[in-house]
Amino acid sequence: MTCEDPPMRKILFTGLLRPPLTEPAPRPDDGALAELGRQLDRAARRRLGRSLAIRQVDAGSCNGCELEIHALSNAFYDVERFGIHFVASPRHADVLMVTGPVTKSMREALERTYAATPAPKWVVAVGDCGVDGGCFAGSYAVVGGVSAVVPVDLHIRGCPPSPTALLQGLLALLEQASASSAARP
Amino acid sequence: MALFELATNGIGVLSLSCPDGRFPSVAARHPPALRLERTIRDLFGLEAEGLTDIRPWLDHGGWGVRHPLGGRIDAIPERTPYPFLPAEGESLHQIPVGPVHAGIIEPGHFRFTANGETVVRLEERLGYVHKGVEGLMAGADIATAARLAGRISGDSTVAYAVAFARAVEAAAAVEVPTRAVHLRALMAELERLANHFGDIGAVCNDAAFALMQAHCGVLRERVLRAADACFGHRLMRDRVVPGGVAADLDEAGRGQLRDLLDRIRRRFPELVDLYDNTPSLQDRTVSTGVLAPALARHYAAGGHVGRASGRAFDARRTPGYPPYDGLRFDVPVLEAGDVNARVWIRIREVEQSLGLVDQLLADLPAGPLAVELPCMAGEGMALVEAFRGDVLVWLRLDPDGRVARCHLRDASWFQWPLLEAAIEGCIVADFPLCNKSFNCSYSGHDL
Repeated sequence: MTCEDPPMRKILFTGLLRPPLTEPAPRPDDGALAELGRQLDRAARRRLGRSLAIRQVDAGSCNGCELEIHALSNAFYDVERFGIHFVASPRHADVLMVTGPVTKSMREALERTYAATPAPKWVVAVGDCGVDGGCFAGSYAVVGGVSAVVPVDLHIRGCPPSPTALLQGLLALLEQASASSAARP
Repeated sequence: MALFELATNGIGVLSLSCPDGRFPSVAARHPPALRLERTIRDLFGLEAEGLTDIRPWLDHGGWGVRHPLGGRIDAIPERTPYPFLPAEGESLHQIPVGPVHAGIIEPGHFRFTANGETVVRLEERLGYVHKGVEGLMAGADIATAARLAGRISGDSTVAYAVAFARAVEAAAAVEVPTRAVHLRALMAELERLANHFGDIGAVCNDAAFALMQAHCGVLRERVLRAADACFGHRLMRDRVVPGGVAADLDEAGRGQLRDLLDRIRRRFPELVDLYDNTPSLQDRTVSTGVLAPALARHYAAGGHVGRASGRAFDARRTPGYPPYDGLRFDVPVLEAGDVNARVWIRIREVEQSLGLVDQLLADLPAGPLAVELPCMAGEGMALVEAFRGDVLVWLRLDPDGRVARCHLRDASWFQWPLLEAAIEGCIVADFPLCNKSFNCSYSGHDL
């Protein structure tokens, strides 16, 4: 290559020679598997296969959880290799991933987003605030945890949870979906 | 009210008691104070005399209480619709966006009025993530309040923790050990690096140039991993505490940070080259979303928003705080005020932060990490430069050492209104690009 090569071509070529950064998949989280113990119905199994479409909803977070959810898509975690991808509309989603203590001003938006998500659907609450409001619990402006507004299937704790913790939770969800799918008559 | 005089770099703090629940409106003469005065009305019930826009700002009518930090009266049972400002003319249509957006971002509502593809008016409606932080802080012990301060805006958790700690230390007249001061700056610069990498990549991604996003994402992840290895948390949350720091850096950690710097210095220049030499990308960023320097000055826009529009303000320099007074760094300034300039300011600041981390690692003083805080009444204020601009924290401590009142003001307060100005005349499709180039905090603003 000459030095006149456009930078894009140079970066793409050198990228071919470097080993991939993507890490092996972590084990699904046992606690998450236990929490997800409920049996999926047949319709859910047929619909989901091995793929999950996630719609993320910030219902009041400090944006720390969003940063780590973003990190799931970087070259190290590469969440799409598992068939997990983020979608732009709740109408395309299987999973609502909700962060934050739900603020009173976001309550209606969260309810409407949930209503707009077609069944079968799961709700994953991310972060310590999503459990019970965290350090914002008791405020005049906060409803509390996500389950105070919509039914929650899985909590992924942390402030914020690391991308690995998020991945472990999501893989547990995926494993649960495909395990029920394999048992399909 | 805190005031800054440009000519002398002087900072003054005014207090006014409002026994009859009124105060003269500043916004009537100086529009940047408008949303702050609407907020004062929402939270405290104090009326700004002469304020022309009396619509609520943070209060969406769902709290069950009005004036939660003031007289606390029952909310009006029925919510009234929020009247957006009018836009008049032929063939105009409105596009409501949010509060739930298409990407993984925070909630807020944007009301566009467009003529075809061209934005005639953008009006923001914020407040969706108001969590009542100042209410939670009133009466809280220092440790609880510090944890809350670190959760005002997750991307600036170090900056907020430093600002809160410095305000407490000013109120209690405490001197922090020099090792802690240096470690704070080290964490703050790592936070700046991580955020700038994230933003540079994300702006390019909003112009559909995913290659930059992928490579900048790798650099960001490397910074976060180094932070985790050195300080025990990827975002370094709760590592800065009033009185000092809660995490030390050992020799192995120093080595890891040096490796990190080497790696970034090897990779980042080719990404800058990529940004600079991709015409299809430049086509989207150059001359898009121009913020006029006069407007940036008028609103005292901090951070990359101000510095890309000719306002050479950086709280690390003015008023300055240790250890930056003893460190060498430039404050890059550009005049163009477009998306491109805001990207370039970040690129230059990455380079400056690398140099600062170098200096901090080379000269890390030995000594204790923290001092005990005395239980005493006092009032303190601090101004700290977060990655997106200056964070101001003012607080008053009770004699038993609890927080009586605390106010935290994000740089976003004076950047959000400018986004409305910068997008005017652009096409709707350029909004994500402009918005990301500003990258204002929703949570930091809504509190």
